[in-house]
Amino acid sequence: MNPDSYLYLSAILFSLGALGVLIRRDAIVVFMCIELMLNAANLAFVTFSRMHGRLDGQIFAFFTMVVAAAEVVVGLAIIITVFRTRRSASVDDANLLKY
Amino acid sequence: MPPSTYAPVAATGVFTLTAWVVALPMIGAAILLLGGKRTNAWGHLLGCLAALGSFALGAVLFFSLLGKPGDARSYDQHVYTWIPVPGFSADAGFHLDQLSMTFVLLITGVGSLIHIYSVGYMAHDDNRRKFFAYLNLFLAAMLVLVLANNYLLLYAGWEGVGLASYLLIGFWQHKPSAAVAAKKAFIVNRVGDVGLSIAVMLMYTTFGGFAFTDVFNKAPGADRDTILGIGLMLLLGACAKSAQFPLQSWLLDAMEGPTPVSALIHAATMVTAGVYLIVRSHVIFDISPNARLLVTIVGAITLMMGAIIGCAKDDIKKALAGSTMSQIGYMVLGAGLGPIGYVFAIMHLVTHGFFKAGLFLGAGSVMHGMNDDVDMRHYGALRKYMPVTYVTFGLGYLAIIGCPPFSGFWSKDKIIEAAFAQGGTSGWVLGCTALLGALITAFYMTRVMLMTFFGEKRWVEDEQGHEAHPHESPKSMTIPMILLAVGSVFAGGLFSIGSSFANWLEPVTGRAEGHSPINTTVLSVITLVAVALGVGYAWRLYGTRTRPVPALAPAGSPLTRAARRDLYGDAFNEAAFMRTGQWLTRLLVYFDLRGVDGVVNGVAAGLGGSSSRFRRLQNGFVRSYALSMFGGAALLIAALLLVKA
Repeated sequence: MNPDSYLYLSAILFSLGALGVLIRRDAIVVFMCIELMLNAANLAFVTFSRMHGRLDGQIFAFFTMVVAAAEVVVGLAIIITVFRTRRSASVDDANLLKY
Repeated sequence: MPPSTYAPVAATGVFTLTAWVVALPMIGAAILLLGGKRTNAWGHLLGCLAALGSFALGAVLFFSLLGKPGDARSYDQHVYTWIPVPGFSADAGFHLDQLSMTFVLLITGVGSLIHIYSVGYMAHDDNRRKFFAYLNLFLAAMLVLVLANNYLLLYAGWEGVGLASYLLIGFWQHKPSAAVAAKKAFIVNRVGDVGLSIAVMLMYTTFGGFAFTDVFNKAPGADRDTILGIGLMLLLGACAKSAQFPLQSWLLDAMEGPTPVSALIHAATMVTAGVYLIVRSHVIFDISPNARLLVTIVGAITLMMGAIIGCAKDDIKKALAGSTMSQIGYMVLGAGLGPIGYVFAIMHLVTHGFFKAGLFLGAGSVMHGMNDDVDMRHYGALRKYMPVTYVTFGLGYLAIIGCPPFSGFWSKDKIIEAAFAQGGTSGWVLGCTALLGALITAFYMTRVMLMTFFGEKRWVEDEQGHEAHPHESPKSMTIPMILLAVGSVFAGGLFSIGSSFANWLEPVTGRAEGHSPINTTVLSVITLVAVALGVGYAWRLYGTRTRPVPALAPAGSPLTRAARRDLYGDAFNEAAFMRTGQWLTRLLVYFDLRGVDGVVNGVAAGLGGSSSRFRRLQNGFVRSYALSMFGGAALLIAALLLVKA
């Protein structure tokens, strides 16, 4: 199978994730879109590792997963705290810090 | 014969008293100024004592000098090192010779008389003690000026008399006119002070010092152009202090000061400091004929201007002030003539000191009797009411117009003679100007005399409705007037017997006999005819019963109107300096506000405005931040790819 297809898939997934981050209001969905972008990046890493026959990409994918797991912990905690205080998980409602 | 090299000997014995001549009035001024109101009761007496003590010391020094041979009458007294800095040293030291001795006697003598006069004149003034303090301060500064043995100390004295003059012109500062006149005198004098200070600096760079010994002995070997520059700067200083054209405008306004001040400072002593400066610096002027020519021109112009102004003024003090300008013009003219004129310039200075101080004191006495009215059109017929004033004023009048054998005749005649003896076209021009000046002097002084003491009574009530009842002034005022009148009568004659005054000054200033193209006797007769013409014309206009003096000034000819406005001296100054100065300041203010401030404020406003606009980007929406991050990352990647390609 042509590894290029994985790269196209990765690009499509990344674009979907980025689009989701930019246009969705719900913090949870935005969060999931970020995960999607991370995983798209992971996919690209693994593909490149395969294409070049080197293990660096694989190892980076593991790093990314660890960081993503940690980020999920912190990010969800923040979202839940915001939801508890404001009764809303919309990112547009949390706009007090401005000019 | 030019004087030999300048080599004063150190003062010993009685000559060490020189410093005390200066110190006495200085101490007097210090006590009166620092003592404050506690000294009110006896302040005027202390002031008089200081002046008299200084005069007595001066007399002792004078007789001691007389006991020495003519070329051994030059003494230097080192007092202390004023500014001891490595590589630069300024000494405070005094120099006593025939020239400074003459001035010391004139200043302390006339000064003492005017102190005594002021006791009576200022009797009703609350600030009499302060007045005497300033007078003492003036005496001290003036004595420093004439006794200094270097130009830096001379400059200090020069500034000191300027300060005293300012304080005394503005003594009645509650009158706006007096306050303005004081400021005007001070500011005009600054112009000249700058000239003198530049001259002193030039001396230091050229001769390596400003002591008279440095300057006078090294000047003949110095660069001619530098000497000319020094001469011109000295002339500028002299012009301001002596109210010479083109810096003459302050003197007429200075008459706002109390009359004794006008007599002492603005007639007899301070305004002659310029003449002293020129004669003292004669070494410089001797080797620079161009500078000397300019001095004579300045003197001749001022001589005519002062005389013309004197003809038109109805204020008795201003008429006398115009006359002062004119007479100092004679002195400056004489000083500019070089060795043929120096001694006569100083001689005229001394005789003028007597008769002009006497005339001013007389004018003060008349004002005292006429409720301080100064308008001569309100006088008339005063000779019966103020006999002493009339006689002393009359003697001063005869002296100033140059009627023989009174003082002015001897000194003025000699200057006219020396002007003709200058030779060439300039000699004829200067001589004829001086001669014409004598005619006009006779005219305006006769006018003053006739309008004040003769004719019909034209007295008016003063502002409070008090009728004028002229009366003779108290003894303290009349006695100085009598003594000055005695000087006016005899001084010139005494000085001229055997040329005693010329012989006395010759070792200092040098002296040359001029060769007048006109026989001196004939010239004297011509001068007397000119004087007689002036007197006669004034008599025709103001003396005859058929044509009484109008109580209101008639419109007069264009020349009269110009003279009433000081020949447009103030108008010229206003147009040339005040207006342009104001334009310049306005331009600078505009440039400052719009240019400098504009740039600074513009940058600040631009930053403020743009930042308040940029601030709106921080809108608090996470998604718009994410978009800009996304855009930024895209741009960065695009740029990287572009570079790689």
